[in-house]
Parts: sequence; C-alpha cells; structure tokens
Amino acid sequence: MKTKLITAALAGIMAAAPALADLTFASLSYRTGPYAANGIPFADGYADYLTLLNERDGGIGGVPINLLECETGYNTEKGVECYESTKGEGVLAYAPLSTGITYQLIPKVTADGIALHTGGYGRTSAKNGEVFRNVFNFPANYWDGASVGIKHLLDINGGDIAGKKIALVYHNSAYGKEPIRTLEELSKKHGYELSLLPVDHPGQEQKSQWLQIRRDRPDYVLMWGWGVMNQVAIQEAVNIRFPMENFIGVWWSGSENDVMAAGAKANGYKALTFHNVGNNFPIFDDIQKHVVDTGKAAGAGDQIGTVLYNRGMYNAMLLTEAVKTAQAMTGNMDISQAEMIKGMEALEMTEDKMAALGLPGFGPSFSVSCQNHGGDGMVAVSQWDANAGTWSLISDYQQSDMSVLQPLIDADSSAFASENNITPNCN
Amino acid sequence: MPEQLVFAMEVFLNGLMAGVLYALVALGFVLIYKASGIFNYAQGVMALFSAMTLVGIMEGQVPFSHLINAMLGTHVHHFGWHLPAVLGILLTMVVMVGLAWLVQVVIFRHLVNQEPIILFMATIGLAYFMEGFGDLMWGAEIKKLDVGLPQGINLWIDETTFNIFDYGFFIDNLDIVATIIAALLVGVLVAFSQYTKQGRAMRAVADDHQAALSVGVSLSFIWVMVWSVAGFVALVAGIMWGTKSGVQFSLSLIALKALPVLMLGGFTSIPGAIVGGLIIGVGEKLFEFAIGPIIGGATENWFAYVLALVFLVFRPQGLFGDKIIERV
Repeated sequence: MKTKLITAALAGIMAAAPALADLTFASLSYRTGPYAANGIPFADGYADYLTLLNERDGGIGGVPINLLECETGYNTEKGVECYESTKGEGVLAYAPLSTGITYQLIPKVTADGIALHTGGYGRTSAKNGEVFRNVFNFPANYWDGASVGIKHLLDINGGDIAGKKIALVYHNSAYGKEPIRTLEELSKKHGYELSLLPVDHPGQEQKSQWLQIRRDRPDYVLMWGWGVMNQVAIQEAVNIRFPMENFIGVWWSGSENDVMAAGAKANGYKALTFHNVGNNFPIFDDIQKHVVDTGKAAGAGDQIGTVLYNRGMYNAMLLTEAVKTAQAMTGNMDISQAEMIKGMEALEMTEDKMAALGLPGFGPSFSVSCQNHGGDGMVAVSQWDANAGTWSLISDYQQSDMSVLQPLIDADSSAFASENNITPNCN
Repeated sequence: MPEQLVFAMEVFLNGLMAGVLYALVALGFVLIYKASGIFNYAQGVMALFSAMTLVGIMEGQVPFSHLINAMLGTHVHHFGWHLPAVLGILLTMVVMVGLAWLVQVVIFRHLVNQEPIILFMATIGLAYFMEGFGDLMWGAEIKKLDVGLPQGINLWIDETTFNIFDYGFFIDNLDIVATIIAALLVGVLVAFSQYTKQGRAMRAVADDHQAALSVGVSLSFIWVMVWSVAGFVALVAGIMWGTKSGVQFSLSLIALKALPVLMLGGFTSIPGAIVGGLIIGVGEKLFEFAIGPIIGGATENWFAYVLALVFLVFRPQGLFGDKIIERV
C-alpha cells in the first residue's frame, strides 16, 4: 500500500511538472499598474499566438510550447526577480517588454547564455551582434524609428527640411531619451532645428511643455511617450490646435488607447510602426477558432486586432520562426538555448513566409545575422482615422538612414564592449 | 510689454488653474484628516475608482463581466443603456456612500483608538485592495469620460489678451470649469461645516473624539459621512482629471500632486488646500518656464516638493495648519 501511495505521489508530481521537452518562452508582462492598459493587449497577443501553435499544430515541429508569464508591473526590480525565478526552467528566449528591465538583463543573459528579444524597444546598440551576443532587437529599434520619422518629414517636404523646427516631447526616462542623439545627428545632416521637451513620469500634467510648443510654434512634434503621457499629450495638442498630421509618435505612442480619450479631434495623428495594423489577416480567424472560442485566450479575447495585440503576436511569431530555423539547421526538434541563439541569428523573414503563416504583408521582409541582431530597420508610418476608429499604414516600410546610425551603433557598442571586457566576435 | 513678461503672465494664469486641480485632490485628504486624524493614502485610488464607476454606470458596463464570463462561459459585457451624466454622477455617489459605509464597518470601526500609523497602514491596504478591485470590476482598459464639460482654448480670453498684449493667452475651458466647481465646492463644504447640525458634529469630532462622544455624537455616523464627502470630492477630482487623460490607473497617481499641497497648506485646513494648491501650481509652472530650459526641463515634479519643504522650514504645520503644542 505504501509503495502504491509513493508511486501515485511520484506520478502526480511528474504529471504536474512541465514536460522537459517543452520549448519554453518567458513573457515578463504587466497586467497591473499604471501601464496595464498597454501591457495587457501585448501580453495577450504574445500568449495567444503560442497557444494557437499548441492547439492547432501541436507546438513547433511536434514539440509543445510552454509559456512562462511573470508579472512585472513595468517595474525593473520585479522584472529582474522574474528573470531570476524562471531562468532555471530552460527558457529559450525572454521578452522583457521594458527598456529598463532590458538594461538590467543584458549582463545576466550574457552570463547565462540565454537569448533576450526586445523587438521595438531596449538597447539600440544591441543591434551589434558581435558585442551583444545574446541580445536581439529585430525588426527595428528606436534609432530606426527616429530616422524614419525624419525621412517621412523629408518625404512630405519635398526632400528639404532645412530650417524647419522640430520638437521632441519625450518621457523623461532611459526609453524617452533614446532618440535624442540620433535626432541631433540627423539635424546636422538635414539642417532642422531640434528642441527637447522632457515630461516626467507619469505625464499627467504637461501644460508647461505645450504652452512652450504654442509659443515656439514648431513645424512638427515627435513624441516618445508611454502610458498616460500619450493621452494627455494628444489632448493638449488638440487643445492648442496643433495640426494632428504634424504630430508623430513612436510606435509606443500609437495605439488605440492613446487616441481614444481625445475623441474625434485626434483624427490625423500619426505614429511609426514596424508591423501592420488592423484585424484583416487570416491568422485572426485561426486565433478565434482555436484559442478564443475554445476558452484558451489569455485575456477576454476582446483585444484581437488592436495595435498592441498585433505587436505582441508579431513578436511571438518572430521567435517561433527562429525556433523553426534552429530546428531546420540542427535537425533537433527540442532545441537548446545555444541553438535558439543560432536560430535567431539565421532568421530570415520573407513575404512568402508571412503569407504562409496567415500574415500576408504584416511586417517587412528582413534578415538577421551574427553581426546584425537588429534586422534591416524597416519602419512605416500609420495614421489614425477617428471616424472609422482605425489605424492604417500611409507609407511603405522604409529603411533607416544607416549612414548616420551605424557610426552611433558602433560607438555605443564599442564603449559597452570595453567597459565589460568583451572582445567583439562572431565565432 | 516685453515678450517674456507676457509669456510669464500666461504661465502664471495656467499655474493658478493647475493649482486648482491639485487642490481638488488635496481637499479629500484634508476632510478625512480633519475629522478622523487619518491620512488617507487611498484618496487617489478613490478618485480612480469613482471615475471608473461613473464611466461604467454611464456606459452600462456589466461589473465583473470578465470574471462572470470566465466562470460561466457567457459573453455579457453591457446592459445596453447609456445614462445621462447627471444620473451617472448621482448613482456613482450612491456607490461611494456605500463604499464609505463598508470602509467604516469593515476597517475603521475595529481600529478606534489605534495609533495614527496603524490607521495610515490600513489606508495603504485599502488603496491596494481598491486598485485591484476596481480593475476586476470595470477592467483595466483606458475609458473615455465625457460628462459634457467643455475643453480646449477659451476663445474670449485668447482674443481679449491678443488685443491687449498682441499675444493671445491659452487658458483651457476645462480648467476654468474646474476653478468654478472648486470654488463652489469649498463654499458648500465651509457652509456645511459651519451651519448644519452634521457639520458642527463633524467639527466636534475633529476637535475631540471623546468629548463629542460624551455629548451624544455618533462617531460611526460622522466617519461614514466624512468618507462619503471625501468620496464626492474624489469623484469631482476624478471627473476633472479623467476628462483630460481618460480614466485609467494613472489617475490614482494624482495623489502625488496633492502631497506637496498638503505639506504647504496644512493637513487640517480647507482654505489651506486651496491656497497651497495655487502656490504649488504657480510656483512649479513659473520655475519650469524660467529655469527649466537652463537645467534640462522636467522640473515640475520635484520642484513642487522643494517649494513645500522650503515653506516647512519656516512653518512646520503648513501655512494654515493647527500649531502643535505639546507640554512637557
């Protein structure tokens, strides 16, 4: 009897424990706190895509996916705790969803040999894969965003923005300050006048900044905001009657959440993006059928097709494609952490591949290499239609100005390498 | 007139308006502290909760719908009605009175005669509970709040100042409305505390709990009443701030804007909350205008506290606070 009990208990423990053959990912999400409204749709999209692969395809290459989701509240300390508590689970790649957490995790993942994917956020110079061997920021980074933002202004001004006044309204944090150096360098090249207007967290009170904009009358305003800062900035811009079509936010300032509070007057506001918007893609039918209708959705299923849901889903899709790449390269279905990094370095996204996934035209074609962990830096511009309540792309994907960005990336990554005794290499 | 001086005048006026919004939040703190000696850490969350409840009621949102749907497999989200703002505000007040009663019955009735720090800790617990409870009840998404308040530049002020200074001042219509409402609110609160039986009882409790009890004042009733009034003030603050930014979690952080106001104006004075708010609003805006560009900007958050601390050096009880005299 005693032996039977022990056997039953062991069987129970083994059944409860995660299968060792799982492909494990970690999503450091935030469903609580001041940024929850943005964190929830991203985390839902990320989780729902992985659930879809499990439910529809039985995982990737027959190996089920195990997603570890850990709540950070967008707090850096909690993010590090999440990493420390999950890193022993054989995680193939972390998605920290915070630039602050990313900076803390870079040395840790490097020491532990785990991949860190920061699609559209994090440390820009991590694009240099010879220095940041474990960190990937494909398909685009903040400097790509700043560069393409300026390219868009060049496009609508006949290629000449010399003498134009451009103001940057930014979250006064490591994230918000990311584009400043790029914009300063680009101002030397294109001759525009840049003014900087920081906004302290959380950004509920911005009267001073917008009074200054009203006095200085810049031709264009760029915004690197997050959370309530975005909604207040757009409302203040409406209040001072700043032309919405001359107001361009980075992708973290360009979701439905950001424009809804200002209502119809937010019409025409623009935002940069590195993926498509809307729900008119075949993949969503599959998500509805295999995930939402079966009650396995991460959330209520009401975020599908929103900008941030799409971004979470897109980031998860890129990682699973890297897994497929690694499986094809090694012939091993249950890949290791080192093989995951190799798969990410060999990732190639093509239009054919995305169409086959039910995501035709969803993102730019790009490739990753050991030297280039950031992809091709392709970014498009989207615009808000308040009457229809939809975002839509108004430009093709454009590549950032690497003649300006590459020296900045080289300088920043070289400084990191020398500070941390890293010898850049691709061996 | 020099251009910079004209700009400074515009900043000054906007500082006054911002100060009124800060004072609206500070008022809720003062009311509860004055009547019960409790520093209510949950005041900011009450503003958030009341605004969420108002939007939920107006839009006919089913409370706890995510929970209900997850448990029962249903897909209910809305009752299908859209209520007018006035009715929504009245029903929200009923909810806030119910919340005040619950807070009294469940928490503070059991903490009578406890140290102030214990009561303060209880309000911290209440704040975190209400944050999660509000999310569970109404969802975490950002909600648009439209109770019909005007927003955007006031054209009359713009044109008038343009005729005088050759530069039109920007004053937000919402800020003007907030100023009028805050003035009315203070008037009503002062009249209530001076000329009504319940108001006098509230002041008696504030002066001396035991003496008030000995003459038959119900401590429990007064505390429920005070928390209800603070709930109403929180609702007004929630409407003003929520109209600007949408109703979302960050509304609870407006409490951070009230702290320097309280430090400066005193924790026990309604006029102190107003004057403190105006000084903080004007001070931080003028500092940002004059010094901000030199030192990199984003000075408002920390300068408000520096300004309050400077006042504290000379008047530790705040401008209008009661002087604390303890005999050896």
